[in-house]
Amino acid sequence: MTQLTKEQVKHHATLAWLAITDDEAEAYVTELSGIVDFVKELQEADTDGVEPMTHPLQVFNVLRKDVPTDILDREEMLKSVKQHEDGQIKVPTIL
Amino acid sequence: MTLLTKTATELQSLLHNREVSVKELTEESLSRIAKVDGDVHAFLSTNEDQALATAQQLDNQPLEGRGPLFGLPIGIKDNIVTKGIVTTCASKMLENFVPVYDATVVEHINAAGMVTMGKLNMDEFAMGSTTERSAFQTTHNPWNLDHVPGGSSGGSAAAVAAGEVAFALGSDTGGSVRQPAAFCGVVGMKPTYGRVSRSGLVAFASSLDQVGPITRTVEDNALLLNAIAGLDHRDSSTSPQAVPDFRAALTGDIKGLKIGVPAEYLGAGVSEEAKAAVLEALKVLESLGAEWEEVSLPNSKYASQAYYVISSSEASSNLARFDGIRYGYSAEGAKSLEELYTRSRSEGFGEEVKRRILLGMYSLGADHHEDLYMKSLKVRTLVAQDFAKLFEKYDVIIGPSTATTAYKIGELIHDPLTLYANDILTVPINLAGIPAISVPCGFSNGLPLGLQIIGKHYDEATVYKVAHAYEQATDFHTQKPALWEVK
Repeated sequence: MTQLTKEQVKHHATLAWLAITDDEAEAYVTELSGIVDFVKELQEADTDGVEPMTHPLQVFNVLRKDVPTDILDREEMLKSVKQHEDGQIKVPTIL
Repeated sequence: MTLLTKTATELQSLLHNREVSVKELTEESLSRIAKVDGDVHAFLSTNEDQALATAQQLDNQPLEGRGPLFGLPIGIKDNIVTKGIVTTCASKMLENFVPVYDATVVEHINAAGMVTMGKLNMDEFAMGSTTERSAFQTTHNPWNLDHVPGGSSGGSAAAVAAGEVAFALGSDTGGSVRQPAAFCGVVGMKPTYGRVSRSGLVAFASSLDQVGPITRTVEDNALLLNAIAGLDHRDSSTSPQAVPDFRAALTGDIKGLKIGVPAEYLGAGVSEEAKAAVLEALKVLESLGAEWEEVSLPNSKYASQAYYVISSSEASSNLARFDGIRYGYSAEGAKSLEELYTRSRSEGFGEEVKRRILLGMYSLGADHHEDLYMKSLKVRTLVAQDFAKLFEKYDVIIGPSTATTAYKIGELIHDPLTLYANDILTVPINLAGIPAISVPCGFSNGLPLGLQIIGKHYDEATVYKVAHAYEQATDFHTQKPALWEVK
């Protein structure tokens, strides 16, 4: 039985920029422990000498000439930005 | 009864002879939506004004040069971006998001002269298999409103099954087109990875996602895949392989076809009804001249586990883009950038999405990168090799699309592991990147069952050929939910 701790769950949540309450962390501990036990069944598979498959098909580089082409309209894109000024996106003060 | 019982080919001839106009077809779809969607809840939004305006324009176009899908109504899963039409992924995170461009598949259906009727419900960010994970509504199965339509493309399958549209686009990361198609008694295709552009499909797991057509008949499905498939400079994972005319493959001739039937697909956990329906379907295919043998996919037992690690890992990375700044939900009154990220994501994402992000973070983390993430990638190789070996000898592989008929709403949702284990029939196909279709193959207690036909890379043509031959020899696809008549 894998038993994740509340601290582990909270640590991963922080890395993922998620805030979770103590109660939520408690629930995720139970659920994720069950899921991790399930996925750990993978360890039974014999993968000695097996290459990892990172992509379903043969991957090759797709290159193109670096020429300007039709791009998305900045004004249109800014419509979905909550706060902007002079074509720049505003965020809370960083420094 | 409605015009939408007809196939694309039949509707095209009506349009051609001026017996019906695009406007009438569009109105028919809108009136079906008005009549049944209050029960089915397939649509998250409809596009009435724009659809009618498009219909008017299309009616003015000359008959020459119209393609096989011209003027026909289609619904689009809400994780496929549509310029000027809100695209939510059924998430609070994108509740008010209006895309500034069309997905490549949307450009294709527009070019084909199809009329977009609206956006279809799904599990949030396509994570789920019932639509109960939608942040906005649960879609109901048109065959029995107490049951789920499946998911994550549940809205797409239900809208087609309920006759609201004759065509829909879904997306399939681990079965999200085939499983709802099976649960709703319609035809759903997951094309070969790379066959259809993912540009404008909101990414869940980029190495698994494919857009796929959902329709009532195999021929309609083949026509829609032809319309959306092909190389796209905006998705470097699309294949330069030529796209054949899939309709030309629908010859009905499957004499000498070799079918492999994995023992694992008729094994533990698969209901007696599903097994019986598949064995019955194999008899039909035999009567058409095909031969079948029992085979094995020995590594399929690890597929679900590998799938959850890989898809959640990719999701945790893909969903990092939702930061509350450029688009999407943005928390009010955040004092710092960190607080803005954290609160926007915590308030915007639903519970299942967070769970998968956490599993992804855990699997990719330094402690488990080897034993979970890398191990899953190696198992993925084994799963793909299982198929490759079988395809040296067999033309297609056949099994059930789902282990059971559609669950009752609320029935399984509290047990994620049960839902996950059910994926074993569909996720190996995504891991291997091969095409597979679900076609109606029977009923149990009034709920549909699906037959899954799996093909080689880029061999959708053979998959369609077998599906079509089977469909034409049976009458499951002609049956309609009671809701068609009552309403």
